[in-house]
Amino acid sequence: MSDKRLNSIAAKQRRALVFAALGDGTRLALVAKLCGGEPHSISRLTEGSKLTRQAITKHLRVLESVGIVRCVRSGRESRFEFDPQPMEGIEEYLKFVSEQWDEALARLKSFVED
Amino acid sequence: MNGRIEKRIELKAPVSRVWHALTDCREFGQWFRVKLEGPFVPGQVSRGHITYPGYEHLKWEAVVQKMEPERLFSFTWHPYAIDPKKDYSKETPTLVEFRLEKTAGGTLLLLTESGFDKIPSDRRAEAFRMNDGGWTEQMKNIEKHVGQTP
Repeated sequence: MSDKRLNSIAAKQRRALVFAALGDGTRLALVAKLCGGEPHSISRLTEGSKLTRQAITKHLRVLESVGIVRCVRSGRESRFEFDPQPMEGIEEYLKFVSEQWDEALARLKSFVED
Repeated sequence: MNGRIEKRIELKAPVSRVWHALTDCREFGQWFRVKLEGPFVPGQVSRGHITYPGYEHLKWEAVVQKMEPERLFSFTWHPYAIDPKKDYSKETPTLVEFRLEKTAGGTLLLLTESGFDKIPSDRRAEAFRMNDGGWTEQMKNIEKHVGQTP
């Protein structure tokens, strides 16, 4: 099996895990709070919730385990932030921009050839 | 890769047709999915907003560089500057060049975008968010759907 195919299977499995982790109202709402990009403390994330800090922490750990939330320490406090898995290198970024051009040029092609 | 994108595409249309599709702001807008405020003029800023579904809140801004009829059209811009609150003007822009060549079957279009080596690393993460189906947007939709309180 090619590397590409293996990668795509791994990516699918990873995505399945992410969706499983998100398949819970509390965790979805936590991600919704965090996806603005700013890290939040557990207290802040517990605010307005009926759940205890411990319960919220448990949910955060589930999100952390699939890699969409990251725990950052600041002093004695743990804060959690959304982690959209930033690209590691310029190659990934170029690949992205390159794909956007492929799509745009395909639209141009059908536009002028019509 | 040295911070550069290159594409070649054969178009079954005359050079004059392709030139018009590239440089007429309305036609450009149709295939590029952007609504531009006015015509392209070398040396001037072109403004508008994206019409790509899901990204309508984003501005488009580029500086037109060269317009050599039926040969070369180029502009500089900040590729996928997707955070409406962020000021990208201090970053080095990339250069986009469209070169046209007449062929037997129509037109050969050569596209290059260069200058990526100067793009800050945090921008790459942003592009990823957009690429991956627009996490932030999707999460906003989810937020609306499930309510804010855990």
